Amino acid sequence: MRKYLLKRIFYLFLTLFIVATVTFFLMKLMPGTPLQNEAKLTASEKASILAQYGLDKPVWLQYFIYIGGIFKGSLGLSFQFSDQAVSYLIGSRMGPSMQLGGQALLVGVVLGIILGAIGAIRKDTWADRVATILSILGIAVPSFVLAILLQYYLGLKLGLFPVAGWSGFSYTILPTLALAASPLAETARFIRTDMVDVLSSDYIELAKAKGLSKFGIVYHHALRNSLIPMVTLIGPLAAALMTGSMVVENIFSVPGIGEQFVKSILVNDYPTIMGVTIFYSALLCLLLLLTDIIYGIIDPRIRLSGNGD
Amino acid sequence: MENPENVIEVRNLEIDFHTYAGEVKAIRDVSFDLRKGETLAIVGESGSGKSVTTRSLMGLLAPNAEIKKGSIMFHGEDIIKKSEKDMQHIRGKDIAMIFQDPMTSLDPTMRIGMQIAEPLMKHKGLKKKEAIAQALEMLKLVGITNPEGRINDYPYQFSGGMRQRIVIAIALVCYPEVLIADEPTTALDVTIQAQILDLMKDLQNRIDTSIIFITHDLGVVAGMADRVAVMYAGKIVEYGTVDEIFFNPQHPYTWGLLNSMPTLDTEGGSLSAIPGTPPDLLDPPVGDAFAARSDYAMKIDTEKQPPFFKVSDTHYAATWLLHPDAPKVTPPAEIIRRQKKFAEMQRPEPPIKTATKE
Repeated sequence: MRKYLLKRIFYLFLTLFIVATVTFFLMKLMPGTPLQNEAKLTASEKASILAQYGLDKPVWLQYFIYIGGIFKGSLGLSFQFSDQAVSYLIGSRMGPSMQLGGQALLVGVVLGIILGAIGAIRKDTWADRVATILSILGIAVPSFVLAILLQYYLGLKLGLFPVAGWSGFSYTILPTLALAASPLAETARFIRTDMVDVLSSDYIELAKAKGLSKFGIVYHHALRNSLIPMVTLIGPLAAALMTGSMVVENIFSVPGIGEQFVKSILVNDYPTIMGVTIFYSALLCLLLLLTDIIYGIIDPRIRLSGNGD
Repeated sequence: MENPENVIEVRNLEIDFHTYAGEVKAIRDVSFDLRKGETLAIVGESGSGKSVTTRSLMGLLAPNAEIKKGSIMFHGEDIIKKSEKDMQHIRGKDIAMIFQDPMTSLDPTMRIGMQIAEPLMKHKGLKKKEAIAQALEMLKLVGITNPEGRINDYPYQFSGGMRQRIVIAIALVCYPEVLIADEPTTALDVTIQAQILDLMKDLQNRIDTSIIFITHDLGVVAGMADRVAVMYAGKIVEYGTVDEIFFNPQHPYTWGLLNSMPTLDTEGGSLSAIPGTPPDLLDPPVGDAFAARSDYAMKIDTEKQPPFFKVSDTHYAATWLLHPDAPKVTPPAEIIRRQKKFAEMQRPEPPIKTATKE
């Protein structure tokens, strides 16, 4: 287990290094410069600003300087926010993003499991069909469309929830719902397919032959066996949430990382783009690692043993 | 109950399956009894309806199945009329079942101790701790070595034969009156098969249960059963004691089955097989369903369903060949050989039953 973990952590850092490298060069290919009022600046003013941020150096040198910085634990300084450290920016904006993401994942996965289980248990009935339609909608409708619809109808028309902003739990409800739709739908579809399979397996037949009630069978046997493969889905779901959050945070003016990220791209704030990308990648890698560890804990068949991996 | 010796009485059972192609008449007027403490083997090829019959005893038919007619009497009550809730109290407690494939019939994510304990908690209202303690006793009984050390293991840590022992432990943990074994040894190695069969016989004596043994393996039947019912195309075509069926068979289908079973006396190199395939039960034949595949079919076989003709008090066969007006036919050589042996067995008094079972 220890050896396995160390190996995985090594791969995690390797992945992050590759991500950082690729992002760095892709970013340099983007049109535009970080200079905001470019037209008004004289050539010498431009040159001095570029020199101040090291942008006058050749790209490969900038790359080495940046990577060197990372190894020293620094993500650099932001261009747009009066030279604040990127790590500080991310840290101060992490709260709302994590809260939203966590809430959306929780709501989505829990409701998705319920919806999927209902679909599987009541297979080919109206309940199953409603669940299927809901999950198709959840996958087909992009989160930003849902966000705007929720904002308009529940926020503006009915006035049930604040339209935008971030000052209290009620502000989190609409963006959470908008973000939760996709994981909900994915989970429901996954669980339904999986559980239909599980429910027709021999050990469910044996559970019936034991005289267990329908609920007992689903709760003690079907659910656990359907949930195990579900764990592998949580990593990708979290990834989808991160991308979704960028747009949704903007729509609801949530002061999170996503909103920050979109702004940074628009103004070519290189260090912030890099920092946020690396942060997101690290988060995703950690989630995937965590998924594998959890998988081992809940599925006795693949429990990681000490002698191998 | 017509006979107090009977645990289960099935009368005129008819089961249809609704499919897109139409109504499949899977079980067509099946009647049989299960006596206290006996082992009744139901033999027949795939699709003959043996599994469907027994599933109806458990109330575990597929959703598209419909019981058209008949009754299944258990403790003086008709199981068919019982609600799902009532059936849950019978299943696993009074009537238990062992399935064919031990590799897939255990929940892969639950410790085996818990899986054995589940019926106890459900039916006997035991607390988890007491139930697990009894599960441990059961593990010892079915011959799992080091049961204390293995009770918390998961199914994947056991071999196929060991898993079938665990499945048997689950089935027998509530000491059911009836145990239905649906081809319990089909998926196992021959050496393991023998061990499992021995175990079942041993446990049958210890906990005094009646067994319905479904199989297509006549070799297994010979060693296990007291009585045999032969099923073909959704009907029982012949039933009798194991000696009567093995050594004095009357129905051409039973002849075919026995003839296609290799024995030590089988001469020549090739095995004989029954030609053709079973009839389509969407539209079952009018007369004897086996007529189309039988070398002994007469005109009446295609026109009228044969009734059961009595061979002895315990032996009945549904074939027109037993009708007094039927012409004398010569069964296959192997069957004649068996019938000779049967005649020998009948002569000395009293008949030596156990010696001939081998």
